[in-house]
Amino acid sequence: MLRWLALFVLVALPAWAEEVVLGLSQDEVAITTSFDGSEILIFGAVKREAPIPEGELGVIVTIAGPPEPVTVRRKERRFGIWVNTDAVEIDAAPSYYAVASSAPLEDVLGVRENLEHRVSVTSKLNAVGAPESVLDASAYVAALIRINTAAETYQLLEDQVVVDEDTLFRTRIRLPAALTEGAYETRIFLTRDAEVVASYETTIDVHKVGLERWLFVLSRENPFWYGIMSLAIAIAAGWTASAAFSLLRN
Amino acid sequence: MQIYLPIAEVSVNAFLLLGLGGLVGILSGMFGVGGGFLMTPLLFFIGIPPAVAVATEANQIVASSFSGVLAHLRRKTVDLRMGTVLLIGGLIGAALGVLIFNYLKSLGQVDLLVRLCYVVFLGVIGALMFVESLNAIRKTAKGTAIPTRKKHGMIHKLPFKMRFRVSGLYISVIPPLLVGLSVGILAAIMGVGGGFIMVPAMIYLLGMPTKVVVGTSLFQIIFVTAFTTMLHATTNFTVDVVLAVLLLVGGVIGAQIGTRIGVRMKAEQLRILLALMVLAVCGKLAFDLLVMPSELFSVGAVEGH
Repeated sequence: MLRWLALFVLVALPAWAEEVVLGLSQDEVAITTSFDGSEILIFGAVKREAPIPEGELGVIVTIAGPPEPVTVRRKERRFGIWVNTDAVEIDAAPSYYAVASSAPLEDVLGVRENLEHRVSVTSKLNAVGAPESVLDASAYVAALIRINTAAETYQLLEDQVVVDEDTLFRTRIRLPAALTEGAYETRIFLTRDAEVVASYETTIDVHKVGLERWLFVLSRENPFWYGIMSLAIAIAAGWTASAAFSLLRN
Repeated sequence: MQIYLPIAEVSVNAFLLLGLGGLVGILSGMFGVGGGFLMTPLLFFIGIPPAVAVATEANQIVASSFSGVLAHLRRKTVDLRMGTVLLIGGLIGAALGVLIFNYLKSLGQVDLLVRLCYVVFLGVIGALMFVESLNAIRKTAKGTAIPTRKKHGMIHKLPFKMRFRVSGLYISVIPPLLVGLSVGILAAIMGVGGGFIMVPAMIYLLGMPTKVVVGTSLFQIIFVTAFTTMLHATTNFTVDVVLAVLLLVGGVIGAQIGTRIGVRMKAEQLRILLALMVLAVCGKLAFDLLVMPSELFSVGAVEGH
């Protein structure tokens, strides 16, 4: 009887057979004045209490920056000149998004699974939805992805996750210099034959420190004095240059 | 050397910005323009968000025009009285301009209208200046002295006459007030400081000597851009002081150099260079409007946030 029950549990809950144990080279990124991007090493192991199951193992790592609303505008020719005509607002486009996988993404993740877990950048943005007034909203989403990929704020890193002996995995993801503050949602998916068998979530905290933090807070909390300070610096610099040049001349 | 900008939230090359500031500062000191029309596209190009670029640049222009005005004051080529009259007109104009801009915005397609106005305006001003200064250069080359005729038209019959000693003018305050007003309106609608509309207007409409025009224009630009800086800092939080410092270090030095170059040049040479620069900006804008862009889509912040 007990043996039957154990078998039942194993068949019914295969997802529990494997688990992700994760390590990060750093779980926070401090933005200083000389900040020039950061590289994060993500490594981990597959923990299992049973023999290695059947099926091809895949590992997918995603990092998403804080979502922000953006407007995508399209230019059209009107009366012979190019002007912005239609615009689509995307409510929550991640400010940064990277997907790293151990093989080409479509090989390690099924189409349905991709939509369910919103792994690829397309599925992440499509799930947000666009207004119905614009018929070809997908063209706007595609443009957003194209522009952000060119700027390296969206990255697709296929074959960049190294898996050793079906157990250990590691990857490096580069965070660009143009980084906004916030909690960066980090997800790891384990797949077997393109189906997700285990996942793990954590966050990387990105925040400004020192002078950067002080100026940012001042500009939001005391905007008047921040403005006065900016003007004072400008006037002082203008005066200094003038005084220096007249000294040079004499 | 890379520096992270706290408000713009991008990392930029410090030396590149110092150089950019210097270049624009030289133009500012030479011609009496703020240089925003040149700096804005350059800042966009290196990846600064547009809202931050426009606001921060206003702050930088305060520094370079202050530096330039001090250099001109030492040479006594600033008409403070004329500058103040223009400024009063300009501030009223700017307030009116904001109202007009908001009205146009409620009608839609304001972007198109502004760009078209800009191209037509710059084209006309640039072409007229170019032809005028070319003729002046030809005349001096032939050796015939330019007749300094004083025109006694409608302008001299207007009341409220005032003596503008530095400019050598005794005219009614109404024309300078109107010039300031219309430049203020245009500046607010087009989102520029208005230096290179103001300079030709002072030369051709008010008949001020070219040497005095540059310093006087810089004088009133200081106040207009200081006001703009405060407006952006308190309503949009888009002034990036780190970016401003990088730009203005180059800017204040450039303005000093520019003033020295400007003083050594002949008035008509200065005018023809300014005309060429205005035409170049006009050409660039026209090109952007007429030629199909390589990327039809653009990504921006959501308006009203």
